[in-house]
Amino acid sequence: MNTDEDTPVPVGQAPHRRWGQVGESGVMYPLPPEVAAPKLSFLRVSKTYLSARGEPVQAVADVTFDVAPGEFVCILGPSGCGKTTVLNILAGLVQPTSGEALMDGKPIPPASPDRAMLFQEPALFPWQSIRGNVEFALKLIGVPAGERADRAMTWLSKVHLTRFADARPHELSAGMRQRAALARALACDPQVLLADEPFGSLDAQARELLQDELQRVWAENRKTFVFVTHNVREAVFLADRVLLMSAPPGRFLEEQRIRTPRPRNYEDVLIAKVVADIHEHLVEEVDKVVAREIGH
Amino acid sequence: MRSATDAPPPAGPGDGTGGPGGAGGAGGPEGDGQPAVASRGATNARWVWRQAWPVLLTLGVVLVIWAIISATGAVSTSSLPSPATVWSTFWRLVRDGTIPTATAKTVLRLVVAFGIALVVGTLLGIGLSASSLARRSIGSLVVALRAVPPIAWLPLAAVWFGLNEKAVVFVAIVGGFPSVTLATSNSLRQVPPLLHRAGQTLGAHGWTLYRSIVFPAAVPGYVGGIQLAWGYCWWSLLAGELVTHAARAVGLGQELVRSQRQDQAAEVIAILLVIIAIGMVVDLVIFGLIDRRLRVRRGLTLR
Repeated sequence: MNTDEDTPVPVGQAPHRRWGQVGESGVMYPLPPEVAAPKLSFLRVSKTYLSARGEPVQAVADVTFDVAPGEFVCILGPSGCGKTTVLNILAGLVQPTSGEALMDGKPIPPASPDRAMLFQEPALFPWQSIRGNVEFALKLIGVPAGERADRAMTWLSKVHLTRFADARPHELSAGMRQRAALARALACDPQVLLADEPFGSLDAQARELLQDELQRVWAENRKTFVFVTHNVREAVFLADRVLLMSAPPGRFLEEQRIRTPRPRNYEDVLIAKVVADIHEHLVEEVDKVVAREIGH
Repeated sequence: MRSATDAPPPAGPGDGTGGPGGAGGAGGPEGDGQPAVASRGATNARWVWRQAWPVLLTLGVVLVIWAIISATGAVSTSSLPSPATVWSTFWRLVRDGTIPTATAKTVLRLVVAFGIALVVGTLLGIGLSASSLARRSIGSLVVALRAVPPIAWLPLAAVWFGLNEKAVVFVAIVGGFPSVTLATSNSLRQVPPLLHRAGQTLGAHGWTLYRSIVFPAAVPGYVGGIQLAWGYCWWSLLAGELVTHAARAVGLGQELVRSQRQDQAAEVIAILLVIIAIGMVVDLVIFGLIDRRLRVRRGLTLR
């Protein structure tokens, strides 16, 4: 457990550190055997918005990180720390103010189905059935009409929604809607999955079910996954690596590799230990946010 | 597997009046019921009847009060004829072709005027929703148009077209299209950004994004706005007909003025009833059905 990689690394202090690169001190960082080139990378990315009153607000400050192909990364941080902004930049919905956001070494192109996104709300289209929603996504990526129904049903069965294929989104529970959104995202066979607190509005029970289901479905073909959450247990349960973000403006504070074998379950002792560690750090950051809000 | 605990909320019948479909909520002990697909057993015809009977009852009460007033002789029958007199007058006007001809004329004008208002207003509204410069320039013109009571355009229309059918239809178009424009623009701009983003990440951009996501998402707001717009169109049309009574193409408005000139209170009331009936059919039946369909399909009904 106490190898080098398991100790928290203050990411912000080594902004240019890349796997396999020689750092300023002349030390070459080891290249993990399974990693060739990063699938996604952020190089000193900052994003500044204009608030409604026209004042600049820095959402993300000087963020650097890599995501290896097939890696499941969770970004964890207090609310308002810029997690969603990081994700929107990865999705191609938002442009960084400075720095480079790359996919396969090239600047991230505009939003496209090669990066599927799960939002906090399921974002299903209410005028279509559940199956219709999935088939619509398949149509957009050019799947011939004859194959759409089969492919949609295959994915709906993976998230246990076969019986509800012809129901409309409003007829399902919140958890089922989010599962439908997951099926819609996966059906398009994306290279990268992005998720913005997709289980944030679910009750604890539905949440655990979905995490379990997500872990299972993801393990089938191990797509590169960036998952944003403020729930430590969720992050540790799902991720290969957890990145902790600071109070706003968001910077990366540390990373934790989670080596617990999969499939994992909540009762795992290792998971509990890492959760406790990270929790301490996160509480500090949340305290900072609260102190600032009260101070104002 | 465990997902059974994640079943949907118990389903009731879509109409909410506790019809025969109550089995939905009484599924398994864990709420493991069928999806709450609204029981389509409540057919449109039944729905129309459920909407219609309170209306008919209200009309019946009004009719009775009217009959009592005219029977007591408190108001002279030349001012307020009895319901029976109006009824027989109505049938006379139907049989001699006056009401069918006038109704056909007026409805045709409505269809033409509202159709043009819909096309022009919708296209303009789409343009306004897409560009803030267009909203500030052309949008302000549309608002300016709405400030003028439509009938106030008639003198100008009469100068351009003569005091004829064209002028009346023109007034009705001007009465309807600004509201259609604003309804279109507003409903499109109120589509949640989440749906835009979801569409973009699924690969819908430009025209595809609009056609397959933004337009469908805007439909409920659009229909609400259109329902108001048709009303403005209808009022403007009748106002126009009342003023252009000299025109040869006779509609309901012109018939109203003719009856009034001949001091035929029963005919005036009979024609007014036709106007009311047309308005109620369009509002309650046509828009009512569209509205209900949207609500059922998108889960906007309150149980």
